[in-house]
Amino acid sequence: MFPFSFEWIWDAGHMVFMGGLWYALTIMGLGVTYCIIKAAVDASGENDGNHH
Amino acid sequence: MKHEKAKKFGMVIDLDKCTGCGTCMVACMAENNVPFREDDTDKLISVAWMRVYRLTNGKPFPHTEECFLPRPCMQCEGHDGHSPCVSVCPATATDYDMSTGIVSQIYTRCFGCRYCMAACPYHVRQFNWWDPLWPEKMTESLNPDVSVRMRGVVEKCSFCIHRYQTATQKANLEGRRELEEDEYQTACTQACPAGAITFGDLNNPGHAVHQMVKPDPNHGGRPKNPKAFRLLERLGTNPKVYYLSSRKWVRRAGDNYIRQEGSQNHS
Amino acid sequence: MDSALIPKGVKRCPTWQFVLWIGAVSGVLLWGVVAMVLIYFKGLNQTNMNNAYGFALWIWADLAVIALGGGAFFTGFLRYLVGKDELKNIVNYAVLVGFCCYVSALMILGFDIGQPLRGWFIFWHANVHSMLTEVAFCLSAYLGVLTIEYIPLILENRQINKVPFFHHLAHNMHEIMAVFAATGAFLSFFHQGSLGGVPGVLFARPFGYRTGVFVWPWTFFLFTWSAAACGPCFTIFITKLTEKIVGKKLVKDNVIELLAKISGWMLTGYIIAKIIDTVYWATVTAPSKGFAFMDFYTNNPGSIYGIWILIAEIGICGVIPAAILITDRGRKSKTALWLAVLLAIIGVCLNRWVMVLQVLAVPVLSFESWFTYFPSWQEIATTILPVALGTIVVSLSYRYLPVFPQERELNPYEPAADDVLEPETQELAEAELKPAQA
Repeated sequence: MFPFSFEWIWDAGHMVFMGGLWYALTIMGLGVTYCIIKAAVDASGENDGNHH
Repeated sequence: MKHEKAKKFGMVIDLDKCTGCGTCMVACMAENNVPFREDDTDKLISVAWMRVYRLTNGKPFPHTEECFLPRPCMQCEGHDGHSPCVSVCPATATDYDMSTGIVSQIYTRCFGCRYCMAACPYHVRQFNWWDPLWPEKMTESLNPDVSVRMRGVVEKCSFCIHRYQTATQKANLEGRRELEEDEYQTACTQACPAGAITFGDLNNPGHAVHQMVKPDPNHGGRPKNPKAFRLLERLGTNPKVYYLSSRKWVRRAGDNYIRQEGSQNHS
Repeated sequence: MDSALIPKGVKRCPTWQFVLWIGAVSGVLLWGVVAMVLIYFKGLNQTNMNNAYGFALWIWADLAVIALGGGAFFTGFLRYLVGKDELKNIVNYAVLVGFCCYVSALMILGFDIGQPLRGWFIFWHANVHSMLTEVAFCLSAYLGVLTIEYIPLILENRQINKVPFFHHLAHNMHEIMAVFAATGAFLSFFHQGSLGGVPGVLFARPFGYRTGVFVWPWTFFLFTWSAAACGPCFTIFITKLTEKIVGKKLVKDNVIELLAKISGWMLTGYIIAKIIDTVYWATVTAPSKGFAFMDFYTNNPGSIYGIWILIAEIGICGVIPAAILITDRGRKSKTALWLAVLLAIIGVCLNRWVMVLQVLAVPVLSFESWFTYFPSWQEIATTILPVALGTIVVSLSYRYLPVFPQERELNPYEPAADDVLEPETQELAEAELKPAQA
């Protein structure tokens, strides 16, 4: 799963498979982080009396 | 370090000599700490690395013939080490060793998904459905060179790989890099009272196994000896266990044929 | 009692009735939990699996629920990426059902491994060449996507939505849902396919083995295709079943018909591909390994694995539902629609059964005979366990979350006195429903 686990080889199989996986996980992670941060900003803006 | 030629350990079992006595099974169980239960009658849930099958030609008396066929792990090479079971293991718990041709099983890595069992057509791979428990005094006779397995993992014949390791270490201590043919032999080979099992390096023309079957390197190790055959060769598993039989029906039982296909021996 | 949690403007059954229903389902759940405890503590000897039948009921259940849960990714794909806007009225439910299916699959996989505490090895020591590795990764990641898709729905609960942070979070998640749906479709394509690859790559098992393209056997594509075709049928089926149980219409006919039509054409394409695959396998692949087509369907105990199984899978449960669903009249007839979705569901489940269990039942060594298997009660109970769990999740979601955006319109309802008394403006109530439609 990680380059430091001993069975890891820098071959096409690992790069394609793990590349695809980490790509998907990154998108999911970034998407959720964006939503949470934006929601916090929006909510704090609302508390300040700046209704959107 | 000097590059050594890769070995390809294999086995030749002469079915004309096999009496079906089962000594190979017993020797294997003792050597490899194979667990057993009080009632081991259901062979589908018991563990045996070596199993002896009884084949019959299916003809009525007086033409009935029988043949006993011992079946260890075939140590399939497949195509370039792509053996059926190794490629499917999700956790890299089994490996095809290019230097010996042996398919290993890492018990502490296996998490028991049993995909390898589904992949193996020979039913060589078996699952530990129960905790391995030996009668109290028997634990003292367990082989210290072989780790016992735990419930929930798959195990299989290893061609007594621990014997190879011990022999190699001994040879290295004596300053030798190569083993003599008789220095590494499996437990079943040595135990067979009929001398039906021969073991050695298929890549070494000096070894008996090579001379007996004459594997053809250009055709995936197919035997040139017309009396020799391998189990399920047509599937492309490329096994390293060869059988010898002078009887055509036995050789034919080694593989599957569509009815119309020529009844000539495929080798 | 729990009226403050129930979405505005919809009617739900009395609390006692709901509690009774959940209680009854929990009884079944408990039965499953007992079996689960037995399996975890005593091991897989509690099952009727054996060394020849190493894969059995559980693996079938995994494959089947994932195929049926395929409605989530495909409906999401159609809604967010193809732009079939009407499907917004069913996508919530598709996601919810999909979520339950995937939780079930992971749960069952957890039972099925001999050393559950080492389950993480499949990720940590991953063998990227194994189809099962791909299944594990994509399945877990996709469950993550489904959770992300389900969360906004939870946040739209009347009380939770009052918290500004949750209100905005739900809104923001809806805003970028297309990104998650695309990721879900990507992951689904691979894990649905890998499940097909599981039997397809077994080159020493002539019944399952298929040739293919590059590293993927044809079953890889057939499994993805059939999940996309039959998953929506399951979504329709569960929607219709829910409507029957709660006794009211929840989704408009045009939405169901659109999904049924797409499903019908997908099924038509799939069945044609499946027939071609079967013919090629029967005439080229299997004979090259020494097996005649009928070897796989004859001489087995009780003729369980007869040719009927292929006729049932492809003909009765493939061609017939496809023919119904691609015609306007078929989709509009209630009976025909019910029949078609039911047959499609049975068909895909049968396909998964055949592709895993028959593969192991067929003798490969010429001197062996067929292997048989019947699950133990522990296996059956643990397979039903996630179904009970899913039923509870769906029941709770239906009761407390705005799952069906069209429910209020289809079932005009005079709110009870306690609802009216609550000092909430109409504007707020409207805001509750809007994100669900986004």
